[in-house]
Amino acid sequence: MTFLDYAPAPESRSILDLRSDYGLFIDGEWRAGRGTPFASISPATEEHIASIASANEADVDAAVSAARRAYEKTWSRMSGADRGKYLFRIARLVQERARELAVAESLDNGKPIKESRDVDVPLVAAWFFYYAGWADKLDHAGLGAAPSALGVAAQVIPWNFPLLMLAWKIAPALAAGNTVVLKPAETTPLTALLFADIVRQAGLPAGVVNIITGAGETGAALVAHPDVDKVAFTGSTAVGRAIAKTVAGTHKRLTLELGGKAANIVFDDAPIDQAVEGIVNGIFFNQGHVCCAGSRLLVQESIHDEVVDRLKDRLSTLRLGDPLDKNTDIGAINSREQLDRIRELSAVGEAEGAERWTAECAIPDNGFWFAPTIFTNVSTSSRIAREEIFGPVLSVLTFRTPAEAIAKANNTPYGLSAGIWSDKGSRILAVADQLRAGVVWANTFNRFDPASPFGGYKESGYGREGGVHGLAAYLKPGSSALAAPATRSQKAARKGAAK
Amino acid sequence: MTLTQIVQGERSLAVIGGEATDANLRRYLHGIPGVDAVGLEQRAAGLGTRSIKTTSKAWALDRIIGLIDQTTLEGADTPGKVRSLVAKAVTPDPADPTCPSTAAVCVYGDMVPFAVEALGSARGDPEKGGVAVAAVATAFPSGRASLAVKLADTADAVAAGADEIDMVIDRGAFLAGRYGMVYDEIVAVKEACRRTDGTSAHLKVILETGELNTYDNVRRASWLGILAGGDFIKTSTGKVAPAATLPVTLLMLEVVRDWRRMTGERVGVKPAGGIRSSKDAIKYLVTVAETVGEEWLTPSLFRFGASSLTNDVLLQRQKLATGHYSGPDYVTID
Repeated sequence: MTFLDYAPAPESRSILDLRSDYGLFIDGEWRAGRGTPFASISPATEEHIASIASANEADVDAAVSAARRAYEKTWSRMSGADRGKYLFRIARLVQERARELAVAESLDNGKPIKESRDVDVPLVAAWFFYYAGWADKLDHAGLGAAPSALGVAAQVIPWNFPLLMLAWKIAPALAAGNTVVLKPAETTPLTALLFADIVRQAGLPAGVVNIITGAGETGAALVAHPDVDKVAFTGSTAVGRAIAKTVAGTHKRLTLELGGKAANIVFDDAPIDQAVEGIVNGIFFNQGHVCCAGSRLLVQESIHDEVVDRLKDRLSTLRLGDPLDKNTDIGAINSREQLDRIRELSAVGEAEGAERWTAECAIPDNGFWFAPTIFTNVSTSSRIAREEIFGPVLSVLTFRTPAEAIAKANNTPYGLSAGIWSDKGSRILAVADQLRAGVVWANTFNRFDPASPFGGYKESGYGREGGVHGLAAYLKPGSSALAAPATRSQKAARKGAAK
Repeated sequence: MTLTQIVQGERSLAVIGGEATDANLRRYLHGIPGVDAVGLEQRAAGLGTRSIKTTSKAWALDRIIGLIDQTTLEGADTPGKVRSLVAKAVTPDPADPTCPSTAAVCVYGDMVPFAVEALGSARGDPEKGGVAVAAVATAFPSGRASLAVKLADTADAVAAGADEIDMVIDRGAFLAGRYGMVYDEIVAVKEACRRTDGTSAHLKVILETGELNTYDNVRRASWLGILAGGDFIKTSTGKVAPAATLPVTLLMLEVVRDWRRMTGERVGVKPAGGIRSSKDAIKYLVTVAETVGEEWLTPSLFRFGASSLTNDVLLQRQKLATGHYSGPDYVTID
C-alpha cells in the first residue's frame, strides 16, 4: 500500500435514523400515499434505503388544498417579520442537522460526502438565511410598495442537488408569503423527507410546506392542478417544455430552470493551474450532474496540448468510490437510467470520431459508476458537443481568436452558464458581455451564492432563482399608482381588521 | 547523496535561451502564466480536507519525522543547546526506539562544528537514515550584506562540515526587478558550496515568501531559484510572518512539477516556519503527494523546517500506538 491509497475514512451512518417507509407530508402530518409505493436505493451499492409513498391525483389535491388553506388562513396574514423568524429557524436547524443531512444526501444521491458536507448543505442554510432576511423587506425589492404573494406554489425539483434545489425553491417562496407543495425527484426523495421533519421542528404552521413524493405522473398532476398559482420547475428541457404547454393559457406563473451545455473558455494567458482546477470543478463536480456544468471546454489552440496533458494528469489523481468516504472525489451516477444515457452518448462520441480518454480507476462491482472521461478532437457538430450528457464527460474544442470563442460558446440551444479564464481583466469583461448565458464565471466555475441570480437563456429556461430576482418570481408587483387594486393579502388584512 | 547534481548555468541557458541578464530573465519570468490567488487558495483548502486515518496516518507521522530539519536559529543558541537539539534529532522519542530520526538539524554557521561533533557517526545521508547538518548562511535572515560576506559565510559553514546550506535571496533586488543580480548571487553561493574534494553541499534557496507578497512573485522567485541551480526551494526563514502556508507551498510544488515536466530534473521543496501540528504537516504531505507525486516524500526532495512540530508528531504517534493521549511531559524538550 502506498500513501496515496489513503486508508478508508468513511463518514459514519449512525447519525441517520431512517424509517423503513415514508409517507406524504401534507398539512403538517404524515399520510399514506394512495399510489403504489416505490423504493429509494443507494446508487453506490444498489441497497434499498426506504420505501417511499407515491402521491396520486387525490393526494396532490389534498396537498394543494392544504397549502391553499394555510395560505388563506395563516401565512398570507402573517407579518413578514414573523415569516422571517420561521425561515431563520429553518436555516439554523439545517446547520444543526448538517451532518445528518449530508450523510443522507450522499447515501441517496451518490454524491461524495465532501461535496454534500462542504457545498450542498452549507448552501442550503445560506439560502434560507438569505431569504429569511428578505421576508420583512419586500417593500424594498424594487416591485413597488407592498408587493403580494402569488398563493400556492407547485415546485418540482431534480435529483442532482436534491436538498439544495429544495432550498432554492422553498426559501424565496415562503419569504414572499406563498405556501408550497414540493415534489422531489423519485430517485432522491430522502433529504426532502428529512426536511419535512425540520419544518415540523421549526413549528411552521400546518400546510405551509407540503412534500409529496412520486414519479413523473405525480409531478404532472401537481403542475396541472387548477388551484396552483405558480409553477417552478428545475429539470430536463423536455419535461420543461411539457410543463410550459400544460401551464399555457392559465393564470399560473412559471419559472423553468432547464438544461445546459456550458462553454468553459480558456485563453492562452489563463492562470493555467487554476484553470485546470476550474475545468475539473466545472465538469467533474457532482459527477457532472450539474445543469450549469462546463461540459464544453473551449481552449485556445496554442495551449490545447498542454492543457489536455495537465488535465489528464490531474484527473488521474481523482478518487472514485464510496460516496461516504471523506476522500472520495467522484461518487456514483445517480441511476441506472442516467448511466445508460452517459454510456450511450459516450459511444456516439467515439463513433463520431472523437478521441476518448478515460481516467484509470477501479470501478466498484455494485452500483452505477462512470469514470471521468475526456473527448478531444470534438467537432462543433458532434452530438457530444451539442447535447447535454449530464455526466462526467468533457468535450474539448479549440478556438483561435476571442471572436471565434464567443461564436462557438453561443452556438448552442442552451444558455445557462459559461466560464472565462484569462489573466486579462479587460478581455474577461468584453467576452462576458457577449456571451448569451445566465451566469458567466471568470477564473472560477460552479460557484453559487444566494445573493446572485441564476437562470438561463433560450432552452435553458426562463426566470431567475437567487437574489432579488428570485424573490420577484414569487411576488406580484405592489401598488405604485394611487388607485392600485387591493391585493389579496391587503384584502385579507382588511377583513381581519373588520372582525 | 541522491540529489541531482546540476551543472552551473546549463539550466538557465537552455531554458531562457540566453544569458541570465535582467532583461532575459524578466522576459522569461513574466511570460510564465499568472496565478489566480482565489483558485490557488481554494485548491490548497481542498487538499487540506483529505482525511488521513489509521494506517495512512501512522505512515504519515513516521514520514513527517523523517522529513524534519530540526531547527534552532536563535541569537541565544549555545553549543549546549545545539547538542541537545542533535540528541533530539537522532532520538526523537527516547521511549520508542522504532521512532525514525529527523532528516537534519538546522543551525547557524558558527554552530556547525558543535552539531557535527555531537552527531558523530549518526551524521550522514538522510536518505540512508543518517542525520545531516544544515546551516543557514548568506547573512541569514535578512540577507543584507555584501556578496563577499555572504560567500565567506557560506564557505565557512561548508568548511566546518555543513552538508546543506540554506541561503536567502536578496528580496530587495528581486522586488526591484533586478533578477540578474539575484540569479548571479545564487550561482555564486552555489559555487561557494563546493568542497575541496569536488563534492558540494546541497543548496536550499530561501525565497522568504512573506516578503514577496504576491503569488506571482513567489512563482517567479521559485523559477529563478531553480534556474540558478538551487537543489531545493524553501519558503521562509521563519523570522518573517507569514512564513510557510499551504497555498504558497502548493504553488512552489507546482513549479517543481513543471520543472520536471520540462527537464526531467527533480528539485526539492522545503516549507519552513509556522508548521506546528501533525494535522497541518499531514496536509503538506497530501499536497506533495497529489501535486508532484508520492516519490517526492523523501528527504532529498521534501523537508519541513520546524522546531516544535516534532513533539506534536510524537504525541500523535504515541496516541496511535497506545490509544490515548499522553501530554507534554511525555515528549522531551530540546
